[in-house]
Amino acid sequence: MSEKRKILICMGTSGIAAGATGVARLFEQELGKRNLADGFQIIRTGDRGLFRDVLVDVIEPDGQRTTYEYVKAEDVVPIVEEHLIEGNPYAKRLAGKSYHDFFKSQMRIVLKNCGEIDPEDIEAYVMHDGYSALRKAVQDDSAQIVKTVTDSGLRGRGGAGFLTGMKWKFCREAAGDQKYIVCNADEGDPGAFMDRSVLEGDPHAVIEGMAIAGFAVGASRGVVYCRAEYPLAVKRLQKAIDQSREKGFLGKSVCGSPFEFDISIMQGAGAFVCGEETALLASIEGKRGTPRIKPPFPAQQGLWGKPTVINNVETFANVPHIINHGAEWFASIGTEKSKGTKVFALAGKVKNTGLVEVPMGTTIRELVFGPGGGMLHKKLGLKGVQLGGPSGGCIPAAMADTPIDYESLQSTGAIMGSGGVIIMDEKTCMVDVARYFTGFTVSESCGQCTPCRVGLKRMHEVLTRVVEGEGVPADLEFLGNMGNTICSTSLCGLGQTAPNPVLTTLRYFRDEFDAHVHRRECPAHVCTTLMHYEVIEDMCIKCGACAKVCPAGAVTWERGKTARIDPAKCTRCNACNTACKYMAIR
Amino acid sequence: MSRAMDSILKKYRRAGIDSLIPMLQDVQAEQGYLSKDAVAEIGRHLKVPASKIYGVATFYNQFRFEKLGRYHIQICRGTACHVKGSATLQKVLEQQLGVKAGQTTRDGLFSLEVVACIGACGLAPVISVNGEFHASVKQEEVGKILDVYRRRAESEGGV
Repeated sequence: MSEKRKILICMGTSGIAAGATGVARLFEQELGKRNLADGFQIIRTGDRGLFRDVLVDVIEPDGQRTTYEYVKAEDVVPIVEEHLIEGNPYAKRLAGKSYHDFFKSQMRIVLKNCGEIDPEDIEAYVMHDGYSALRKAVQDDSAQIVKTVTDSGLRGRGGAGFLTGMKWKFCREAAGDQKYIVCNADEGDPGAFMDRSVLEGDPHAVIEGMAIAGFAVGASRGVVYCRAEYPLAVKRLQKAIDQSREKGFLGKSVCGSPFEFDISIMQGAGAFVCGEETALLASIEGKRGTPRIKPPFPAQQGLWGKPTVINNVETFANVPHIINHGAEWFASIGTEKSKGTKVFALAGKVKNTGLVEVPMGTTIRELVFGPGGGMLHKKLGLKGVQLGGPSGGCIPAAMADTPIDYESLQSTGAIMGSGGVIIMDEKTCMVDVARYFTGFTVSESCGQCTPCRVGLKRMHEVLTRVVEGEGVPADLEFLGNMGNTICSTSLCGLGQTAPNPVLTTLRYFRDEFDAHVHRRECPAHVCTTLMHYEVIEDMCIKCGACAKVCPAGAVTWERGKTARIDPAKCTRCNACNTACKYMAIR
Repeated sequence: MSRAMDSILKKYRRAGIDSLIPMLQDVQAEQGYLSKDAVAEIGRHLKVPASKIYGVATFYNQFRFEKLGRYHIQICRGTACHVKGSATLQKVLEQQLGVKAGQTTRDGLFSLEVVACIGACGLAPVISVNGEFHASVKQEEVGKILDVYRRRAESEGGV
């Protein structure tokens, strides 16, 4: 029997949001109608990490691959007729240069299978070397596994960057009849979505990584703590767990060895602080998710007081590759102290938004102008980059050549965090961004430490004042002092890092704070109370975008003429300013 | 006790305190929110005072103590959505619905909730209505989106 031609359809959360379910069904129908269904295998994969609505790939038995992007329901028939039957690719939806550029500069290890295999089919994973690392591991000496992971230099991908092998070693050496492996899938950083994509696109890799960790430290139980906001990830992971249990990769006798290991899922209930490991454990135990003092570290006393390894999704997904290819291979990728690759969630004002996996040490500029494809709007240049979410910092464009590794980022005041990278252009107000993150941490502070609970609230009030044009010069000094106090007096990682967005923007974008406080203006034209809603003649390109969106009829514009806003009619709704891509409305 | 509640308690027959959060999630999935009666019921079942259950439930963003609208709108206020204008979008939604985030419209049709991040940052700004995503939403599209659900409610009836 000749091999079937394959049709891959990306069906993660974003693919489904764009209508991939309907497209997949249509392909089945259209092929069925033409009696072609037997020649094709339709594979529903996870997301590939690039948002191009519905992505469809046609793969010939010889491996030749044609990619279509932005596929809509009405494109299915032409693809079937022109390409699948006639053999001529359907030109209208062929993936363009920017699609290929996005993947060209990446090195995909963790995301290798995402968008390539059917995550709900264990056989597909096994065909791609799946569970071969686990098979190998259970035949090996468990101490050797810990050593391999340590030697590889793998560090925690969840934020702090602690050496994974060391964590395992502490847990392995801790005394205890019962030990636990916990996978932190409480991806709470706004702007990060790599864990969701891995769980949706390649759940077995996480299961395999956890089982290897279990064997290495002597744990028989695993728990995945996953956000309830990720229903598809939970569903696919549960399916994957059931399948691997059936195939003997989990259960009483893993891969036929005496090693016993099983995994359950616990759904989080929406608390950012539960990404902190001790808070996460409290939450699994059914309590309020408040962090506790360390030591004792979870490796000694974790879940139910027993030795526990906690790693995040991406960390576990790296493990099978390290076991398969060796510590040396992994250590050869990246920089001296940061090994391997890192998945970044690129978002904000950049052309290609999505998941990018690159070797550690890649610079911010390479990220933005390589896979990112450059800035979203031609006329609006790069102003800064926010790394690491609410615990991270904003780095100015002048420092875009900073290599992304744990130490380099730390020295700028930002952190690796879980890998959220938000690109900001000239039309992004840094004071507003600082206020945004502070607002987030105010609502997510667990409230047990006064500096974090009260101090952040005060900072947020002051920032709100500044954004609204009511700030006074002393406010800026207050923000710096209060920020430093919170950093040095909070108990957990959330509190200690929560002022970072404010402290870094104060350091690198002081002129913007000064403009708000001293001149009562927002240089980025974002803060609405400081807007005058008038057109800057020199900047206006006379495109009329503002006139089209104005709901009040306050904008007058004729082709070839500068727009004008009538202050008597203007309702200050900001629609014109949002529509203007040229900073021409202030 | 309602039959749904009964079957949830049965599912957790020998449960301990570590099942509290999953139980609350099940009840909310069934009833749309956590009623006083449900909390008291769970308390009796787990032999934990209701005050303690409220202590846990109010800690987590997921749990609600008020009924939801027929169409539950979640507006993402993650970073990517923020830099693409979700603050204005929220304002427009609140204006058009006549409710603030966390409230339900008087006709019971819509409820509005602000969520930290849906994790669909490439589609920013995003709103989700009963789990259906609307990507790259512009403020002038809000009215149209709401109308779709208003019409759907009319055609399905029961309002």
